[in-house]
Amino acid sequence: MSDAAATLKSLPQSGGFNNSPLAQWVKANLFPNWWSTVITLVLTYFILKFLFGALSWSLFNAVWSIEGTDTEVCRELKGIGACWALIAEKHRFILFGTYPFQEHWRPALVIVVFLVLYGLSTVRALWNYWLGVVWAAGLLSIGILMWGGVFGLRFVEQERWGGLPITLMLATFGIALAFPLGILLALGRRSDMPAIKAICVAYIELIRGVPLISLLFMASVMLPLFLPEGLTIDKLLRAQIAIILFAAAYLAEVVRGGLQAIPKGQYEAADALGLSYWKKTGFIVLPQALKIVIPPLVNTFIGLFKDTSLVLIIGIYDLLNAAKTSTIEPKWQGFSIEAYVFVSIIYFVFCFAMSKYSQKIEAELSHTHKR
Amino acid sequence: MASIPRSRPAPPSIKLSLSDPVVRAIVFQVLVVGGVALLVWYLVSNTMANMEARKIASGFGFLNREAGFAISEHSIDYSPADSYFRALVVGVLNTLIVAILGIVLATILGTIIGIGRLAKNWLISQICSVYIEVMRNLPLALQLVFWYYAVILENLPSAREAHNPLPGVFVSSRGIMVPVPANDPTYGWMLIACLIGIVGTVLLSRWAKARQAATGQQFPMLRAAAGLILGLPLLAWLAGGAPTALDWPELRGFNFQGGGTLTPEFAALLIGLVTYTAAFVAEIVRSGILAVSHGQTEASSALGLKRGLTLRLVILPQALRVIIPPMISQYLNITKNSSLAVLIGYPDLVSIANTTLNQTGQAIEGIGIIMMVYLTVSLSIAAFGNWYNKRIALTER
Amino acid sequence: MKHLGKIAATAAIALGALAGTANAQQSTLDAVKAKGFVQCGVNTGLAGFSAPDSQGVWKGLDVDMCRGVAAAVFGDANKVRYTGLTAQQRFTALQSGEVDILARNTTWTLARDTSLGLDFVAVNFYDGQGFMVKRTLNVKSAKELNGATVCVQPGTTTELNLADYFRANRMQFRPVVIEKLEEVVAAYLAGRCDAYTTDASGLASTRSAQGANANQHIILPEIISKEPLGPAVRHGDNKWADIVRWTFNVMVEAEEMGLTSGNIDSKMNDPNPGVQRLVGKTGDMGKMLGLENNWSYNIIKQVGNYGESYDRNVKPIGLERGVNELWSKGGIMYAPPVR
Repeated sequence: MSDAAATLKSLPQSGGFNNSPLAQWVKANLFPNWWSTVITLVLTYFILKFLFGALSWSLFNAVWSIEGTDTEVCRELKGIGACWALIAEKHRFILFGTYPFQEHWRPALVIVVFLVLYGLSTVRALWNYWLGVVWAAGLLSIGILMWGGVFGLRFVEQERWGGLPITLMLATFGIALAFPLGILLALGRRSDMPAIKAICVAYIELIRGVPLISLLFMASVMLPLFLPEGLTIDKLLRAQIAIILFAAAYLAEVVRGGLQAIPKGQYEAADALGLSYWKKTGFIVLPQALKIVIPPLVNTFIGLFKDTSLVLIIGIYDLLNAAKTSTIEPKWQGFSIEAYVFVSIIYFVFCFAMSKYSQKIEAELSHTHKR
Repeated sequence: MASIPRSRPAPPSIKLSLSDPVVRAIVFQVLVVGGVALLVWYLVSNTMANMEARKIASGFGFLNREAGFAISEHSIDYSPADSYFRALVVGVLNTLIVAILGIVLATILGTIIGIGRLAKNWLISQICSVYIEVMRNLPLALQLVFWYYAVILENLPSAREAHNPLPGVFVSSRGIMVPVPANDPTYGWMLIACLIGIVGTVLLSRWAKARQAATGQQFPMLRAAAGLILGLPLLAWLAGGAPTALDWPELRGFNFQGGGTLTPEFAALLIGLVTYTAAFVAEIVRSGILAVSHGQTEASSALGLKRGLTLRLVILPQALRVIIPPMISQYLNITKNSSLAVLIGYPDLVSIANTTLNQTGQAIEGIGIIMMVYLTVSLSIAAFGNWYNKRIALTER
Repeated sequence: MKHLGKIAATAAIALGALAGTANAQQSTLDAVKAKGFVQCGVNTGLAGFSAPDSQGVWKGLDVDMCRGVAAAVFGDANKVRYTGLTAQQRFTALQSGEVDILARNTTWTLARDTSLGLDFVAVNFYDGQGFMVKRTLNVKSAKELNGATVCVQPGTTTELNLADYFRANRMQFRPVVIEKLEEVVAAYLAGRCDAYTTDASGLASTRSAQGANANQHIILPEIISKEPLGPAVRHGDNKWADIVRWTFNVMVEAEEMGLTSGNIDSKMNDPNPGVQRLVGKTGDMGKMLGLENNWSYNIIKQVGNYGESYDRNVKPIGLERGVNELWSKGGIMYAPPVR
């Protein structure tokens, strides 16, 4: 009997708030000792103050729409409430640029196609030959939708493209077309042939050593001088070329990291089997290397996605430039915060989703013991 | 008995066939180099033909011409009557100032946030986490424009209504004015004394290490270093007559005269670059600290090392091996990202070179100068990184 | 490896073919006719000169210049595509062939006419540089601006004239240099600088764009430079330069003759020989330029004369004709005769 009582006494006490998992977690993580308690209280105060201010500016005091063209209502509330009426009126300009108004469904559809392509590419079960076909079909449909001219769609010239589709196109085509070049450069840099190695090293170091802005300037200003008279490349294509060249150098370094991580034994075994260089690279080395470097690859893509905002320097209407231009109109001057917040949300959604995906892949691929 | 000369096997006849890998390699390289050379020749000849047809000037003679435009911030003397060359030098100096300050501040801020991310207090680690995620996922161009327009320009008062939080410190949309010590030769001596102190500390620490290795006696290095680096300049200051005169900023006419100014462009660029890069540095520091396996800490405490010594002698060197290479590339990124100053009107190299090539029409020379300067800076930083990498790398077969 | 030779040969032939075309020079008029539209370099958004309205349609004095050229070449003033250019991009865009005409309120200077490889073909707006300050600054003249902070765009004659003016008057100033028009205006409005300087037309345009707040800003009386603004084309193509030049002259001459887009149809049989030449009935002017003979009729009918273009675009921003009036009415707009 006393054994049972003793056992009963030694069982952990259950029930009661102070012993619930939540309370214990709070105590351990927020109030473990006195100075941590002070910090928690001070931080909580500031966080609440900040949140309250942000919410009252962006939600409670905000102006959501205005009648006609009178923005006085917004101006009176400047600093107190946000003028989301700017977004209500200008969101189509920010998202689609100067694309003809009636045809806005086409760039909207293009954005959807991009999202579907990205989404499909993240599912590992679909990583096979058919994905390539799907991508090719997707890119073709994007071209048809944006340009038009066939299937009864009205032709829209490239100068009128703008907004989010441009950002997505520059980033996606940039990485997609830079990929083969980057792989070749990485292989060349690790090659034994001194001339090839020298050329690849020179290219990679040159491109990585200069800022993207200078490459964009070079493409927009000097590329037409490089070409014979009569052959012109339009501005978007020039920016795309600059981005491809830029991305190829960074991709080359990423792939080189993967190539270095493969144990030498793999190379030696492939040689022992009698495989030629290209067979060895294509069947043994590259698949392993690329699998290893998926997280840094996705990070490079995120970086490139953000860097497309620099094309505003050469006057292309990507998402950021369109947001800046939306506040030119005199009655909307001074409301740049609202435009930038809107665009920040879009960028953040894309980049955050991609970085979460990269973290997920990294966790799947590496099985380190975390303590 | 005469030895019978053994006939040597005939040497293999040299056949130039593509099945020989050496020959193949040579042929391939010749073709590639030839192809690249052909491409370069094609581009260059096109360019020269085009420039000739359009009568565009070429050559670097324009560098001696009078610039004619003013620059808002210059660390060396500059007036619109100076040459384009001097204007470009001002731009390079401005870029270097922003880059160096940005590197130092971003490292400090990033380390704090990275360590904060690992704190036990849940609130601190979540705040740091949110900071990192937000900063890393927004483009730098967007952040710079936000800091300059939304925060500084639209929310600070004009010069005549400037905030005055401390005596002599004014905050307005013209910038932050602070009093600075008035010009006095003593400060030059103090700087020299500080440099002597640093050199002395390095030599002293080497001697102390050698002595400890030989005899086991420890030397109070920290106190000696403090004495040298802080004490010598203090002596110089006292010897110079202890000057305390300050240059106070005053509102005269349109602007503040006197004192030191932190212009809004510089402030926005620095804040934008530092906050952006600090997020990346934080992640690097965090991954470096996590990379050192816990077993090291356990082993060093089993050896009886105090926590401070463990950190300094065991954890930090191993963490640094993981931290330094990506950190170097972040430093490179700050330097290159400072070129975004052209968006907010800070006169860095790209901005001034852009104006130059616009006024003179010589686009190729202008862009060439930009790329050469950045290439030099990047290659130097990268060379340093490579040297450091080699020094600490783990060798494998 | 056995394919290497074929690959190399193909590459060599392709490169050689391309290199062969390297020296083929095509005149701008032929290239434009082949393209089917005129590529016009304009300002990114300067009310009155070139700015897109909320439907994305470009309007302005410089825009009308390009529309006139399109009407002359194609008979359709809408065959134009516009490229918005900042001050930093404009010259390289024209030099490199990205645009056929630069109609971007650009000042005609010696350096630009010679070493930049451009040719200025007309002045469609005589302007001068001025300063705009906030009324609360209590400044009545530019000479009181010693020590002021001045907002200016880089790569412009404005920047150089500003430095020259302050040097000549022994005054100091601090520049705030921002490339994009809307941003430099935003900086001025936010109080980052005391004064904003650009061509007086740009000042008036910006001031009127403030709507109800326009009265808070005053434009100082000093005009510190001559700024003849006009379209430019590339060096070396005289035929194209002639077309652009005479398009503008037709617009001015049409106003001198009293021809407007509204009444030109009724004046088709007017006995005045000058009118007859302008409507294309006599003279073969078009053929001399390499265009159809109804080139001037198309310009006047579809775009209007200079006065109509001015009234439509520049009057609404608050600028009277002033020195841009016809020479016969006291201004200095004077076109050589179309004959």
